[in-house]
Amino acid sequence: MSAKQLGLVGCHDCHLLSRQQRLASGQAAYCPRCGATLHLRKPNSIARTWALLTAAFIFYIPANVLPITVTSSLGSKQSDTIMSGVIYFLLHGSPEIAVVIFTASIFIPICKLVVMAYLLVSVQRNSRWRPRDRTQLYRVVEGIGRWSMVDIYVVTILVALVKLGFFADIEAGPAALYFAAVVVISMLAAQSFDPRLIWDAMEEKHE
Amino acid sequence: MNLIACHECDLVNRIPPLPRRAAARCVRCGGVLLRSKPDSVDRTIALTLAGIVLFLVACSFPFLSMENAGIVQETALFTGIYNLYKQKMVPLATLVLITCVLVPLAQMLGLLYVMIPLKRNRPARHTARVFRIYLHLKPWGLMEVYLIGILVALVKLGKMATIVPGLSVIAFGLLVFVLAGAYTALDPHLVWERLGG
Repeated sequence: MSAKQLGLVGCHDCHLLSRQQRLASGQAAYCPRCGATLHLRKPNSIARTWALLTAAFIFYIPANVLPITVTSSLGSKQSDTIMSGVIYFLLHGSPEIAVVIFTASIFIPICKLVVMAYLLVSVQRNSRWRPRDRTQLYRVVEGIGRWSMVDIYVVTILVALVKLGFFADIEAGPAALYFAAVVVISMLAAQSFDPRLIWDAMEEKHE
Repeated sequence: MNLIACHECDLVNRIPPLPRRAAARCVRCGGVLLRSKPDSVDRTIALTLAGIVLFLVACSFPFLSMENAGIVQETALFTGIYNLYKQKMVPLATLVLITCVLVPLAQMLGLLYVMIPLKRNRPARHTARVFRIYLHLKPWGLMEVYLIGILVALVKLGKMATIVPGLSVIAFGLLVFVLAGAYTALDPHLVWERLGG
């Protein structure tokens, strides 16, 4: 039996089980042990996650089209997008770095958006297909999202080392900002999704 | 017997007392419900104190130096953040500052604030609130990602100039592992139980 069916609410923060209370609108219940606001499920989980996911997808476009770094050396300026950086590494003998950047900056973000969208659709259609695997999918997607930030940190370090340099000067391009927004917003999207919704569909049929 | 609702699928599980170093998983979805952790309080405090020392070292010594044609250029941990700020990339500078400096520092201080009084069995005021903030900050501490960023940047610039890692980078790298250790040693369930309820 789930806690919901037993009339219990598990606290998000300290996992204490409390009895579900009847609340008037505008009222909230608090966990007696840790003081967190109690929700049966994360509030507006589906709408919030869709909204954040859409925002992340919109930012994903300028993040890939605009330059992420602008290198100027001896009067010439060169703009690099995320993808042109990957190609540069591939051609100049560091395929392993090309793989790291491609995975972290292009593959993981788009995978995350697609998987989250799939999970939302499956929950909205009350899918009963492989709930355990879908939960696992959610865990993976939630866990790997943070690694996308690696490109932002690379830019930060490049900017530190090459600034005031003698042969080149690197500046962060506008895509860095959009890309950081994609990572932060999609992390928020993963956090606002409630995996228990996957399992609620399994219980409805039994009743 | 302990009743815990799985926070991933909401199934209520009965959990017997766990043997040392065992984990209880949800019978339905496989999510980890509880892990028994030996000497949790002592280990967490020790590792966090080590973390504070490493953090101070990381902030005060040279981070990376670049050597080119006999000229050495030194940077500190904050140089990149400061340069982004000067390039009018304020949100980006703030993001890096928060995820790599402020969140890890706040986490360590918060953890010490909670754990040291807990060791003496006299929980400090607002312990529950501080500990909840600590748990919510967890996803936003991205030092280990920064470490990978350093490696990538080193390879990228390695062909143009000689990069010499400073004491600060070494401390930073150790800090990532020490903080991961502190988090592994920490038993949130124990903290909540000590706080009553």
